Amino acid sequence: MKKPKKKSDVVENVMTVRNVDVFYGSNHAVKDVSLDIRKNQITALIGPSGCGKSTLLRCLNRMNDNIEICKITGEVKYDGQDIYDKNVDVVALRARIGMVFQKPNPFPKSIYDNVAYGPRIHRLAENKQQLDDIVENSLKKAGLFAEVADRLADPGTGLSGGQQQRLCIARAIAVEPEVILMDEPCSALDPIATAVIEELMEDMRLNYSIVIVTHSMQQAARISQRTAFFHMGELVEQGATSKIFTLPKDERTKSYITGRIG
Amino acid sequence: MNDHIVSSFDDDLDKVESLVLEMGGLVEQQLVNATLALVNQDSKLAKQVVKGDARIDKLEGEVNVMTVQVLAIRQPFADDLRTVITTLKLASHLESIGNYAKNMARRTRAISKASAFSGSTGTLKRMSELVQQMVRETLDAYTHRDVELAELVRNRDEDVDQLLNSLFREMLTYMMEDPRHISGCMHILFIAKNIERMGDHITDMAEEILFLVNGKWPKDKRPKGDRTSTLIIEPGEDDEDDDAHFEDDES
Repeated sequence: MKKPKKKSDVVENVMTVRNVDVFYGSNHAVKDVSLDIRKNQITALIGPSGCGKSTLLRCLNRMNDNIEICKITGEVKYDGQDIYDKNVDVVALRARIGMVFQKPNPFPKSIYDNVAYGPRIHRLAENKQQLDDIVENSLKKAGLFAEVADRLADPGTGLSGGQQQRLCIARAIAVEPEVILMDEPCSALDPIATAVIEELMEDMRLNYSIVIVTHSMQQAARISQRTAFFHMGELVEQGATSKIFTLPKDERTKSYITGRIG
Repeated sequence: MNDHIVSSFDDDLDKVESLVLEMGGLVEQQLVNATLALVNQDSKLAKQVVKGDARIDKLEGEVNVMTVQVLAIRQPFADDLRTVITTLKLASHLESIGNYAKNMARRTRAISKASAFSGSTGTLKRMSELVQQMVRETLDAYTHRDVELAELVRNRDEDVDQLLNSLFREMLTYMMEDPRHISGCMHILFIAKNIERMGDHITDMAEEILFLVNGKWPKDKRPKGDRTSTLIIEPGEDDEDDDAHFEDDES
């Protein structure tokens, strides 16, 4: 008799990428990539500089839209819908699929207004009390509230690098996204601030699905459940992180993760 | 496989590997000498073996320190990680084999008093030679990451076990014949058991080499031939019927 599947065994994809090619003018940056983003998991995209991992990440919430020479073909589905469909509202899409960047980029506003910015635009609060609650909850989920509770009116730019990055995470969370894209979120942080963010990400994946681009293989190995290795625009290998870092199938993956001359 | 971009990482791995190979060479020599000392009743050589074990222990310590350093500093992945871990474990096995060789050498004098059983030292010699060959082949398999050779060694342990079984029966018979034989026979049996244990360690090493190369632990059970743990012979029984008293511990 077949054992019934436990709830945790059921794999659900929050996003699917199918046969995506990206061109910057004549530069073929991403080549025929197909990838599943699993719900409530952290997917790490790794590979050498210029391998296409950040380009692909930016395709997941149409961050490349404003780059004129950028051309994207293929299909990126979120919630069953192709996000490149002409009927899709990009602003609403980016609320559902948020982004945190390499360098913390808080607005030159107060800590409070940084977090309240998105909810105000998307009219998520009916009154001041509701907005206060959203700000407080978002800061709590980003692990920052205890550190800033008594200075919400201070400028966000006055915080430390790690705190600024958590403020940006709180800002992304405030508009109730389902997916959070992170582009090397710890590369500008010291090891302690990095550890705090990594611990936070582990908690966050209970409520969100995360895709992270990282240059630190140790970080990818520590925090992700799935890893995808890119090389010269190709998705060379994807799979469970525990497999990729112990028994990679492709020689190019093996060379990269073991630091060999490929 | 290609070299590392950071060449000092390759130097570290080479160093730790060469330490283990040096250990392996010493262990093999210790076993050769312990066996020679036993067969020729050479107490001087036996003493040399007992003394020589310290060098193996020292090398194991160096391997431990070096592997921890490599893990901490290089944070290896995939094959590199398995290389470091396997090398650490091989060193531990080699150290145990070295201890058994030392123990063998210690018993040399006791055996000389039990010269009535000189025929049995021939069996011990054969067992030892089998194990020496297994050590050599295992180190070769490690150096060349040779899966086929490792598999061969893994299955050869049975031959050592068979020799132990027959010696065990022989010694029991001697002891039953005359209680004055007991002391000498016991020493011979302990030595035989020591050699058989060396074979077990080498088989484990072969499995670890398979894991190092394949990344998967061998699933099939290896053949086991040591049945002495369940062998009973009653006085006056016909030796030919011994098989009837084996319990099938494989089932």
